[in-house]
Amino acid sequence: MTAWLLSLLSAIAHTVRDVLPIAAILFGFQWLVIRKPMPNLKKVLIGFIYVLVGLALFLEGLNQALFPLGKLMAQQLTDPAFIYGALQATGHTAQQAHWWDYRWVYLFAAMIGFSCSLAEPALIAVAMKAHQVSGGTVGVWGLRIAVAIGAATGITLGVFRIVTGTPLHYYIIIGYIIVMIQTAFAPRMIIPLAYDSGGVTTSTVTVPLVTALGLGLASVVPGRSPLLDGFGLIALTVLCPLVTVMEYAQLSHWRAKRRA
Amino acid sequence: MKNQINILFHGLLGSLRDLAPVILVIAFFQLAVVQQPIPDLGGLLAGTALVVVGLTLFVRGLEMGLFPIGEAMAYAFARKGSLMWLLVFAFALGFGTTVAEPALIAVANEAARVASDSRLIAAGDAARHDYALGLRITVALAVGVALVLGMFRILKGWPVQYFIMGGYAGVMVMTLFAPPSIIGIAYDSGGVTTSTITVPLVTALGVGLASSIKGRNPLVDGFGLIAFASLTPMIFVMIYGTLVL
Repeated sequence: MTAWLLSLLSAIAHTVRDVLPIAAILFGFQWLVIRKPMPNLKKVLIGFIYVLVGLALFLEGLNQALFPLGKLMAQQLTDPAFIYGALQATGHTAQQAHWWDYRWVYLFAAMIGFSCSLAEPALIAVAMKAHQVSGGTVGVWGLRIAVAIGAATGITLGVFRIVTGTPLHYYIIIGYIIVMIQTAFAPRMIIPLAYDSGGVTTSTVTVPLVTALGLGLASVVPGRSPLLDGFGLIALTVLCPLVTVMEYAQLSHWRAKRRA
Repeated sequence: MKNQINILFHGLLGSLRDLAPVILVIAFFQLAVVQQPIPDLGGLLAGTALVVVGLTLFVRGLEMGLFPIGEAMAYAFARKGSLMWLLVFAFALGFGTTVAEPALIAVANEAARVASDSRLIAAGDAARHDYALGLRITVALAVGVALVLGMFRILKGWPVQYFIMGGYAGVMVMTLFAPPSIIGIAYDSGGVTTSTITVPLVTALGVGLASSIKGRNPLVDGFGLIAFASLTPMIFVMIYGTLVL
């Protein structure tokens, strides 16, 4: 119990250290440049403490429970015995593996991408703000689910890329061509939000699990190097939500017009 | 008091709903696909309880603290009417929050290890340390510049897509020239810079600034800062790679 409490305290101390530069910049500018009392200072400070303690507990809980299990699972799913077991039973070798032999990895990638995005605190924050600012036209859940579908697609594509060994920049270039076309047709008010949504998804929850999956897979698939192929999953996870969020806006726009 | 408890209870329920999918996915794969019992069920439940409580506090703190700070500061800068200070603040915030970002430190160290193993940089801890630090400063500069550009755009009311399209054209051109070993890391560096505290803060700043200027729409003009901050690091890191490797 004491050990558990100690690790909790050290997690809070870590978060405080990480947040200290941000707090120093905020309060430094407030006192030295703006030189006016912050409105509702007490409430803001309490909120800041909530954020600190909340984030520390969140990270500590992830490290204790979900990350070890998720990483273990990424290892188990990319374990040669798991992927190639059935193949070797029929007398084939790992080199003859078809992209379809990795189907459980794709399913895991898609589902972990979807569910991690829903749990991502930064995305919750942006969805709350967008809902408030848009006067309710952008739904909190609609936006989050659209982003989650995008992240799931991105990670699955990234896994497929590692398996097939195709160059990353082809995916990125095609992705951005789609984004450009959509930008021309999507409702104007959604565009900045859609562009933001990519960077927002890749945060506390998603990055460690996705990185474990990518590096694990790149070191197992024959002919891939974790150094060259392990990176790039994050880049696709940033890209695909742009597409799905604009699509979500177009669909809701279209449905609203049809109802009218 | 009763009201407070009510809010907290609703918050806890909300967090539980947010986290349920991750828990279900992991349980499903563990039991149905990998077919192994869950190790240390007690620890798993305790950890999950921490995650739920933490998320609840975080979301509550966002509404009470981070959002109001960001908006109040944006209003104050707009009222002060000092463009220079606003941009200095934007740069300091971008640079300061990024250079010490744990995710970035981890990626930079990993990249340095990779570069050192493949003999792209001199062997030894000193060279590796220099390379990692250089990467971190490069990304932090990129985020600082992104926020300055983004704030300037909000002030002028320019459409975000021209910048983004131009930026990605820049990424494509740099991809042609940059050494292949930096490309994957550069592309990923855009995603790792935006942390859980920076995102709400920067969003609140943008929205606050856009709503304090006449003729700007907070939805159309206020968002977009994060997009800038995930774009510029790709270009900057590829330039760094071209110069150093």
